[in-house]
Amino acid sequence: MSFNVISGSIEQGLVFAIMALGVYFSSRVLNFPDLTVDGSFPLGAAVTAALITQGWAPWMATLMALGAGLLAGASTGLLNTKLRISGMLAGILTMTGLYSVNLRVMGRSNLPLLRQPTILTRLADYIGSDLRVALIAFIVISLAVKLFLDWFLHTELGLAVRATGDNPQMIRSQGVDTDAVKVLGLSMANAMVALSGSLVAQHQGFADVGMGIGTIVTGLASVIIGEVLFRPRTVFWATTSVLFGSVVYRIAVFLALRMGFAPTDLKIVTAALVILALSAPVLQESLALPFVQGIRSLAGKREAVSTSVKDGRPL
Amino acid sequence: MLRMVGLYKTFNLGINSVCALKNINLHVKPQDFITIIGSNGAGKSTLLSVAAGVYPPDEGAIYIDGTDVTRLPEHLRASFVGRVFQDPLQGTAASMTIEENLAMAECRSKGRTLGIGVTRKKRERYRELLSLLGLGLEERLSDPVGLLSGGQRQSLTLLMASLGQPKLLLLDEHTASLDPRTAEQVLELTQTIVRKHGLTVLMVTHNLSHALTMGNRTIMLDKGEIILDICEPERGELTVDDLLGRFAQARGERLLDDRLLLAAR
Repeated sequence: MSFNVISGSIEQGLVFAIMALGVYFSSRVLNFPDLTVDGSFPLGAAVTAALITQGWAPWMATLMALGAGLLAGASTGLLNTKLRISGMLAGILTMTGLYSVNLRVMGRSNLPLLRQPTILTRLADYIGSDLRVALIAFIVISLAVKLFLDWFLHTELGLAVRATGDNPQMIRSQGVDTDAVKVLGLSMANAMVALSGSLVAQHQGFADVGMGIGTIVTGLASVIIGEVLFRPRTVFWATTSVLFGSVVYRIAVFLALRMGFAPTDLKIVTAALVILALSAPVLQESLALPFVQGIRSLAGKREAVSTSVKDGRPL
Repeated sequence: MLRMVGLYKTFNLGINSVCALKNINLHVKPQDFITIIGSNGAGKSTLLSVAAGVYPPDEGAIYIDGTDVTRLPEHLRASFVGRVFQDPLQGTAASMTIEENLAMAECRSKGRTLGIGVTRKKRERYRELLSLLGLGLEERLSDPVGLLSGGQRQSLTLLMASLGQPKLLLLDEHTASLDPRTAEQVLELTQTIVRKHGLTVLMVTHNLSHALTMGNRTIMLDKGEIILDICEPERGELTVDDLLGRFAQARGERLLDDRLLLAAR
């Protein structure tokens, strides 16, 4: 497989990794099952495409996408903390509402960016060559987002965000308004997701109202693949493993397509992948337990096998 | 220092309502160390939760240093209240490191910025503080707290609660889930820390002899009311049997099958 073939997967992996970092932030750091993602990803794309076609500078349009994602996350956060709607439902409500918002923003269901300037074409003009421009841009941007997240989660405020996901009762007794932290965290997470959507639209040359379907599952797949491959113990390695997980996921998708799956089959392949990864501890136990017990009884030892499923985390 | 005036708190309004606090009046002087005893459901933990602002009382007012804090939510009261819970898992964030937990506690009184949470300077100070515990935790600053034993976690929580000189330290049966030897060590540490910083303390305990030997004042709660409030030097003459007698007298009934009684024997 030549580099040219695989570089496409790496580009995709890195640009979607920014979204996966957002999913890591909400699902792992905040411990919040945030389904807003399926709406905030196309929101970023829609805002950027609409603004660019209206003549905005591409970088401004990208920045506005980030801001729109921020608001989407804040909406879910406020529904959850102020109106006491369950986290999962709050995300679904925002996501559903965003479908209409995205159609309004674009004015139709698909908005092409052909012959429009994007931050990628601007960068190509600047460098004077369009060879691997997307790859370079996405390496720089995804690393910047990752390093920003690493820094933030080690600040005094960032420690409070992490503790809110770990033990809200404890951090409240340490003087933190956990409701405010949740809103802040979800806003930041969805800003990353919308930024990713914006860049994907500029890369593929269009925004589509349906492009968000399954984003959350793709993001989770990347996070989980990273966790399985690298078993990260610190924030720095966790975010690093998300980047690699996203790239590995794209390569897996590429291979699946080569094996003869149609592009329309990819969603179920992804879903199956996530199910497999999430159920690994359970499957391991139910498959391995009779085996282990058999061996133990042969050896004359009768202690209970105390493997547990408590490490298997929902979502 | 802390003044509670006419506090009432009822849970589950309606048929199954439980009156957890009934006309509580308590004046805590600076550097008072009050031990709180009472049978199950007497309202001890409710009293501490109301003091910490976990929920507001139905009636009455709470003043800290003359300021009315009755409606001040938990997170805004935290800057002058340090707490240790019964469950060692409750007071720390398990997935975060020892030094990160200490840094979060240190921010309690001074607020949070975008500055780095654990700096080299802070780390040195934490190492010193932890070495006072004598548990070897000073060598494990970057270990996740989840790896520590219950006693170690409780000692760490105690140290965290004392950071930033809280006006009030609330201990809610903080040794109840530890084995007897570890419990003694944590109590000793409690005494050391309280004396060193001259803290004002409310400590709930089920151990009547601890209640009488620790601190300078003991109150007994029953069905949401204070039925005994005794300070040194009078308290010095009281024995565990006297306490049980007082309890029976106040209630006009004998104690049967209660943790209070079991703990006394």
